Amino acid sequence: MEFFLQLLVNGVCVGLLYGISAMGFVMIFKSSSVLNFAHGELLALGAFFFLALITWAKLPIIVAFLLTLVGSFVLGFLIEKFFLRPLIGEKLIFVIMLTVGLAAMFKGLILLIWGGNLRTYPNFLPETLALKLGTIYIAPVYSATLVISVLFLVLFGLFFKKSAQGIYMRSVADNQMAALSLGVHVRRVFALSWAIAAMVAAMSGIVLGIINGVNVHDLSSIGLKVFPVVILGGLDSIGGAIIGGIIIGLLETFTGGYLSPSLTDVVPYIVLVFILLVKPYGLFGLVEIERV
Amino acid sequence: MGEIILQINNISVVYSDVIQVLKGVSLSVEKGQIVSLLGSNGAGKTTTLKAISGLLKPENGAVTDGSIIYEGKNIQNQAPEYITRLGIIQVLEGRQPFKYLTIEENLRVGTATRAGKPYKDDLDLVYNYFPALVQRRKSLAGYCSGGELQMLVIGRALMAHPQLLMLDEPSLGLAPLVVKEIFRIIKKINEEQGATIVLVEQNANMALQVAHYGYVMENGKIVMEGTSKELSENPDVKEFYLGIAATGIAKSYKDVKSYRRRKRWL
Repeated sequence: MEFFLQLLVNGVCVGLLYGISAMGFVMIFKSSSVLNFAHGELLALGAFFFLALITWAKLPIIVAFLLTLVGSFVLGFLIEKFFLRPLIGEKLIFVIMLTVGLAAMFKGLILLIWGGNLRTYPNFLPETLALKLGTIYIAPVYSATLVISVLFLVLFGLFFKKSAQGIYMRSVADNQMAALSLGVHVRRVFALSWAIAAMVAAMSGIVLGIINGVNVHDLSSIGLKVFPVVILGGLDSIGGAIIGGIIIGLLETFTGGYLSPSLTDVVPYIVLVFILLVKPYGLFGLVEIERV
Repeated sequence: MGEIILQINNISVVYSDVIQVLKGVSLSVEKGQIVSLLGSNGAGKTTTLKAISGLLKPENGAVTDGSIIYEGKNIQNQAPEYITRLGIIQVLEGRQPFKYLTIEENLRVGTATRAGKPYKDDLDLVYNYFPALVQRRKSLAGYCSGGELQMLVIGRALMAHPQLLMLDEPSLGLAPLVVKEIFRIIKKINEEQGATIVLVEQNANMALQVAHYGYVMENGKIVMEGTSKELSENPDVKEFYLGIAATGIAKSYKDVKSYRRRKRWL
């Protein structure tokens, strides 16, 4: 029972991270229907950037963290401006191929600078962050993850529900032509969704780096994991991405704990196949509102 | 003649580089008036509106010839972000709400041209014109009725403080009473907000009742223009658009003359 609860907590924490990084993916898809195959590389890039800031530049952790978020935000913005904007109006397949190219480029860049070995962050999380609930022990990383994820979720919830820019972003996802007719700056919305996506990807990259160590191949393959997550949750549902993330996270930790650690990468995909058989739009895929 | 707010000089519009839809359309809109654009399906009315509002580009269309001058500025082939900020707002045909946003959020999107400015007074104004929207403000637009949606999209455009409001078939698919109500409000908006209105309509009868001036389009050209009074008294308009035969009785197909007369326009 104790073991079960332990796995449950870990699974939820990791799952929340998957969910949040998948949220960035969903945002790009919703606003511009582009599938971003470079998502894992954005994750890795954030993790390495953070590594550089704390080991080479020796900045305080908080400063490095915030700087990484800002840096990735800017990076996402630039990616949209220089790579995607020229392709507006072109066939979607070109745009998707471009993101595959970006993935290769970023991966190469990271390998060039940092190499392919596993690196670790210095242990900076104080032991006081650890939680003890009865017999369950929650390691500092996981409690920090929990706090950061919930914080991000609340902030984004407020952003999309209350702020004008958030509402404009949703309007573009909903009906691009109508948004254009009202003067919504659609290109700016695209840029902003890339920027936010890169930022949350970097955030989850850092936290996953703390948990598993920093390695290009591992981190970018986690980026691939957003696919089962978003397909499970429904490609166009932000809430679905979060829940899909938690489900995948739980599946992984439970398989790792009860079956075999080597199966963790496979089981989520198997479950995915079964869920798609039953619910082809994903668990929370948008069911079109149709007035008859 | 009052001040001209919009002047279209002999524009041609081509889609995908090959399909010519407008073949030299010229019209002018006087400030503060309601101008209606009549014509059958495929005449080019919507394309004319889109040429003005800059919405041709996403559909791979472009103004290839002529000029569109709004308050002294050349605006043909400009981006919609720019044109809307000049105060030209088009209400698209077929209502097009943001289905997954609530009514109030839909209205807030209307503030995009002046993001960051207070909008509470404008919300009150819109709810004043369309009281039916008040009790629906928290519900998703996708679940509202056609009449409510038409009010919503007009209200959404009002949020942008339009100088030139272009309405594309506001009566489409609505019950006669609702149409009457919508047109009453359009007239009220024109009088109280001082907004110049361009009205594209199939319902010529309704349109000519509220409009000051009208143009009739056929096959990508303007074939007739005049004040609403002149147009509604014109025998051709009466017959082809208002459905009243000159004699007051429905004419039969045998009447060759009517066929010839229509042919002359094309």
